[in-house]
Amino acid sequence: MVRRLYRVLAALLIPAASLATALAAVAGLVLIIGENPGRALLTLLRGALGDPEGIGYTLFYATDFVFAGLAVALPFQAGLFNIGAEGQAALGGLGATLVVLAVGGLPAPLVVIMAAIAAAGFGAAWAFVPALLQAWRGSHLVITTIMFNFIATALMTWLLVEVLIAPGQSALETRTFPPALWLPTLADLTAGTRFDAGEAPLNPIAFLALLAAAFYWLLLHRTPLGYEIRAAGLNPLAAQAAGIRVPRTVVLAVCGGGAFAGLIAVNELFGAQHRLTADLTAGAGFAGIAVALLGRSRPVGIVLAAVLFGALNQGGAALSFDMPSVTRDVVTVAEGAVIFVCGILDGVARGHIGQSLRALWAAPARQAA
Amino acid sequence: MGGAGATGGLSLLLISFVASTVRLAAPLMLAALAGLYAERSGVVDIGLEGKMLAAAFSGAAVASLTGSAIFGLAAGIAAALLLALLHGVAAIAARGDQIVSGMAFNLIAAGATPSLASAWFGQRGTTPPLPSGARFGPITLPFAQSLGEIPLVGRVYATIISGHTLPVYLAWLAVPLTAFVLARTRFGLRLRAAGESPESVDAAGLSVARLRFTALVVNGALCGVSGVCLSMAQGNGFLRDMSAGRGYLALAALIFGKWRPWPVLGACLLFAAADAVQARLQGVVLPGLGMVPVQLIQALPYLITVAILAGFVGRARPPRALGRPYPPIA
Repeated sequence: MVRRLYRVLAALLIPAASLATALAAVAGLVLIIGENPGRALLTLLRGALGDPEGIGYTLFYATDFVFAGLAVALPFQAGLFNIGAEGQAALGGLGATLVVLAVGGLPAPLVVIMAAIAAAGFGAAWAFVPALLQAWRGSHLVITTIMFNFIATALMTWLLVEVLIAPGQSALETRTFPPALWLPTLADLTAGTRFDAGEAPLNPIAFLALLAAAFYWLLLHRTPLGYEIRAAGLNPLAAQAAGIRVPRTVVLAVCGGGAFAGLIAVNELFGAQHRLTADLTAGAGFAGIAVALLGRSRPVGIVLAAVLFGALNQGGAALSFDMPSVTRDVVTVAEGAVIFVCGILDGVARGHIGQSLRALWAAPARQAA
Repeated sequence: MGGAGATGGLSLLLISFVASTVRLAAPLMLAALAGLYAERSGVVDIGLEGKMLAAAFSGAAVASLTGSAIFGLAAGIAAALLLALLHGVAAIAARGDQIVSGMAFNLIAAGATPSLASAWFGQRGTTPPLPSGARFGPITLPFAQSLGEIPLVGRVYATIISGHTLPVYLAWLAVPLTAFVLARTRFGLRLRAAGESPESVDAAGLSVARLRFTALVVNGALCGVSGVCLSMAQGNGFLRDMSAGRGYLALAALIFGKWRPWPVLGACLLFAAADAVQARLQGVVLPGLGMVPVQLIQALPYLITVAILAGFVGRARPPRALGRPYPPIA
């Protein structure tokens, strides 16, 4: 009874507290800046969900965030913290772009599928070295993935400056992909109708994100590997004793996370940007930490958290348009605030408040006895 | 005659290179030492970057409003201290996840500083350029002028040792001070014990939480000086994202230096030298090597750190209780 109560409490308390914090962070910052926080939140909400274009953008960003959240959540299940989604996504962009440059003339669906596979592969490959070092040398994944983010930035800048830059260009970007490879967007679909979605780049990769979330659940709960990942995360020693090869499991979980991160690039490249730039992901990888924490590493939770952050991202854009003194950076603050609250409440997630509650309730009983 | 001139030019180049290494190393040293206090006490700190950024902004903002560099310094330290104490609330008091809460500050600072800068100063995420009284100018040490005439020693004194700003001298003072405190004082011993074996600290009747909070107070103060060094000594006002990854680089230096003050100083100097070389190598063709990509030199500190962590270049052993809340969560 108490245990169930605690579980319901934890499942509701963390998201509720986090959501409240995200909104409070935005409102507080707006207040400090000297605008009306109520009007700001209303503008944010209306900008994110008030018209088809807003919804289209919200779901487009949410697609990025689902991949980013899964990229953090899968290693989480193995007990590890992947801060490298940003770098893994950048490398994913490289993989997808190389496919386009190599075989861009093939039929578009084939190219996009091959590019998605390459993006996932490159993302996984970029996660491989930190994963390997964690598994076999015990090098802390948090630090190595942070370092790999910077190495990725340097590598991508070098490649763009020296190799991939479009001829006769000064901006750091490749040439634009041929329009045949641009995925149809919600904007194309609804142009001229009553539900005209303006420029919204929501595209079929959104379905891939839902598939990825479903795949994540299947992998974790219906396959031997998923069982091994969760066992290694819950208690590596026990897992080892049960015959699970923990190092191998750890490498697979982290590389799987890298593969999810790589897919962020596919959404951005084929849905919106149509060329590789130095700042393809614009911080989506870090938002993934907030998404995974808020979604408590569960597929439905991650999708819902991704939609929330998608809405914040899009609403933030509308807000900065409406209130020029407020910039989109308020969204980053909201992400940080959510992460902070999750950090504090981490004890809840691990059951320690439940423990203290139980201890509290047990104490009078013991005294009575 | 021509040979002597070339040697003179080379030594001039060398002196300017060393002087800029000394200068560039300062914010790294301060942040890395901040991380050292936190981590030797058992608290992981990946939020150095955020604290530096927050301090850089609030320091420059207050300095530009009051026209006083000292008020700016105080405001910078206060901002970093606030974040450090919040980190303590999450990591020590609530026994939450230390990595998660550290990461949170990086995002909060990255978002809040340009928001506030553009709201208050209306200059696209920057603060206005600081007038000379509101920033830290170079301090000429005694006799630097007259001793500068003496060929080698005097030149080194006048251009490498003299002429830096207050935060740079604070950074260079902080290293021996930290080494002394850690190795030779009761507080240092207890601090290290809290990071290695909190149970024994507890058994000795001392509060682990209190020791760790004290470490975070020092951590915040050092991060504050580090951030102020960026915006009020080396820069002339706050710029968006002006810490530019130095907080993470300091973390790398902390690991490279194996969580010990003197080796950490060495790591910071190496990384700063790489930075100074990188600025001078832009577009230069080296004989026999061709053009070294600037990005390779930029990535070098991170590559070295990964190699260290992998144990290929000497093993780095973190404090035993690093990242573990005390009392432990069952």
